Amino acid sequence: MIPLSYYLIVSAVLFAIGTAGVFLRRNLITILLSIEIMLNAVNLSFVAFGRYAGDLDGQIITFFVMTVAAAEAAVGLALIIALFRQRESLNPDAFTSLKW
Amino acid sequence: MLALIPLFPFLGFVVNATMGRRLPKSVSGGLASLVMLASFAVSVISVLQLAGLPPDARTIDQTLYTWIASGDLNIALAFRVDPLSAVMILVITGIGSLIHIYSTAYMHDEVDSEFARYFSYLNLFAAFMLVLVLGANFPLLFVGWEGVGLCSYLLIGFWYKKKSANDAGKKAFVVNRIGDYAFILGMLALFAKFGTLDFRSIASAVAVLPVETEFGILSLAALLLFIGATGKSAQIPLYTWLPDAMEGPTPVSALIHAATMVTAGVYMIGRNAVLFSHAPETMMIVAVIGALTALMAGTIGLVQNDIKRVLAYSTVSQLGYMFLAMGVGAFGAGIFHLYTHAFFKALLFLGSGAVIHALHGEQDIRNMGGLRKELPLTYRTFLIGAIAIAGVPPLAGFFSKDEILFETFIEGHTLLWVIGALTALLTATYMFRLVFLTFWGERRHDAPVAADAHSAPSHPHTVAPSHHEHQHLHDAPPAMALALVVLAIGSVAAGWIGIPHALGGSNRLGTWLEPAFTVSAAAGEGGAAEGGAAADGAAGTDHTALEFSLMTVSTAIAVVGIAFAYFVWVRRRRVADNMAREFPGLHRLLLNKYYVDELYDATVVQPIKAASTEGLWRWFDVKVIDGAVNGSASIVEGSAAMLRRLQSGSVRAYAGSLFVGVVVILGYYLWR
Repeated sequence: MIPLSYYLIVSAVLFAIGTAGVFLRRNLITILLSIEIMLNAVNLSFVAFGRYAGDLDGQIITFFVMTVAAAEAAVGLALIIALFRQRESLNPDAFTSLKW
Repeated sequence: MLALIPLFPFLGFVVNATMGRRLPKSVSGGLASLVMLASFAVSVISVLQLAGLPPDARTIDQTLYTWIASGDLNIALAFRVDPLSAVMILVITGIGSLIHIYSTAYMHDEVDSEFARYFSYLNLFAAFMLVLVLGANFPLLFVGWEGVGLCSYLLIGFWYKKKSANDAGKKAFVVNRIGDYAFILGMLALFAKFGTLDFRSIASAVAVLPVETEFGILSLAALLLFIGATGKSAQIPLYTWLPDAMEGPTPVSALIHAATMVTAGVYMIGRNAVLFSHAPETMMIVAVIGALTALMAGTIGLVQNDIKRVLAYSTVSQLGYMFLAMGVGAFGAGIFHLYTHAFFKALLFLGSGAVIHALHGEQDIRNMGGLRKELPLTYRTFLIGAIAIAGVPPLAGFFSKDEILFETFIEGHTLLWVIGALTALLTATYMFRLVFLTFWGERRHDAPVAADAHSAPSHPHTVAPSHHEHQHLHDAPPAMALALVVLAIGSVAAGWIGIPHALGGSNRLGTWLEPAFTVSAAAGEGGAAEGGAAADGAAGTDHTALEFSLMTVSTAIAVVGIAFAYFVWVRRRRVADNMAREFPGLHRLLLNKYYVDELYDATVVQPIKAASTEGLWRWFDVKVIDGAVNGSASIVEGSAAMLRRLQSGSVRAYAGSLFVGVVVILGYYLWR
């Protein structure tokens, strides 16, 4: 059986990739995809913990996260389209007018 | 039972204060008079009950409930009537009733609501005054003390649309406050020393202590209490409010500023006779202040032109007499004078009120004269009052004043006796100057029109004097006449209960009062022997010859004073003016009341005003208080100006700071 730590390492690597994507990419759609990667990294660790503990809680909460992620993707993409119509750009640095 | 005495007037106050504006004058005034009469009836019953007890046990207590219980401090709402407060409650309710009845006629020109307001104040005053004299401990006395001060303020400023009346009310209130502050300190000193504020407990505790030979805690407490008394009873240095208090309606002057409230200080010293007799240094101060006040006010009274102001200075002067008596240890004589003074001074004030009423508000005696024929009843009663205060036997003033002078002489204060005798001369002179100028001769209009602020008539229904020059003047209406006649009878006869032993009397009042000034064997355990308070009744026998000669002297003084007044102001009208011209400095000094008001204004009022303006307003309020408020605002503003730079609007910067934050917090928990 594969030890728990292997799953967690994969999960951490995925999470790090997602985080790096959020910070480094200059495209809103890519940032959204990076967030999805971070969520799925978390899902992976939940499932791994659930399996390790021998109950279904981890899988149940993963379903919840997937549901929310789907909603988030829908709303997020809609917002991005709206933003694009405003500025003709997908660079997050173009949207800094909400400040003092 | 005792509680009913102040409760009746309080009931009158409540009714008149709440429903008075809707009641007709006959109901509100009648009710106010009725509750006073009821209170008087209860007082008489209580005093009769008291008289039925053996002399040593003459106190009746009534404890209603515990008012304040806090640690060592335990104060009951308790009333106590003893021979001293018996005299006081009879004077307050008796003369108070008469003045209420008098007021129903005097104030009749007011509209209904004002009329009811007047009577509600007057009733409230009577209630507080009765609490003052019936209270069995200092705090309760102080409640009454402050309450009468409040009513005094309200009634002086009764005609509140007049600036001078408002100013006079405020002056009375503020000056009294100075004395009250010392009074509170005196109470605290007594509580710190004895742990109780009940009069009887303090007296028993003091009685076992030796008489203080130098200035100690007892002297200090007594002195502080006396300073309180100088405020309430208009003595040097706090007497200046009383002459100004004449802005109030005349019956108020009679009741509050002559007969009752201003004697509260005298009563308070009598109530604490044991304490004061253990503080000889303070007693000396009391006597000297009393004598000086008597003399000073007497000299001022000699040249004043406002009929009520002359009487006001006369009141200050007579109060000085009472304090002189208290100061030499003749507590009985002081209370005796308080009691007789209440009659004749109330009579004189009410008489002057009748004159002012008849003349539609004229108060300047330079515009009077010849009223003898037109106001016969007022003239006769006023004359009786004047003779009584001048000290002609056998009227009331003679006995009490003579007893004070006699006691002063016996106690060895010859100089004080001389001052007292001189004041007696002045008293006779200025009173008869008033009588002659007001009632004798022909009607005059000598007063320069609006020459000084004091001659401005304070009655609201002022008509120019020329308008009623030829009108027939109306003598006092029945309600006023009743009060005048009863008080005139009192002024004649009130002294007869204190006829000294030398004249074959038995000084019954002195004997009656004596237990109130000592610690009775029943009350203080073993303290009675030490309680060396007044023993004025017993002193007479040894000095009969001396007393006779002193009596002759004071009678002669009174007659000389009257004769002098007759000579100057009836026979040789020019003499007075010549004298004024001969000594212009002295005349101006007296006319301006020794410039004491100006002195106080320069030394106290203006510095306080300047310090308040420059120090408290321009510096403390503007710089410190406003500075603190504005300063905290600008600190917030400045720091916010820096902090808002963090809100850059860049989503990635927010995400970055969020991430860093999570890492830091998680790192802290994982690796701590």
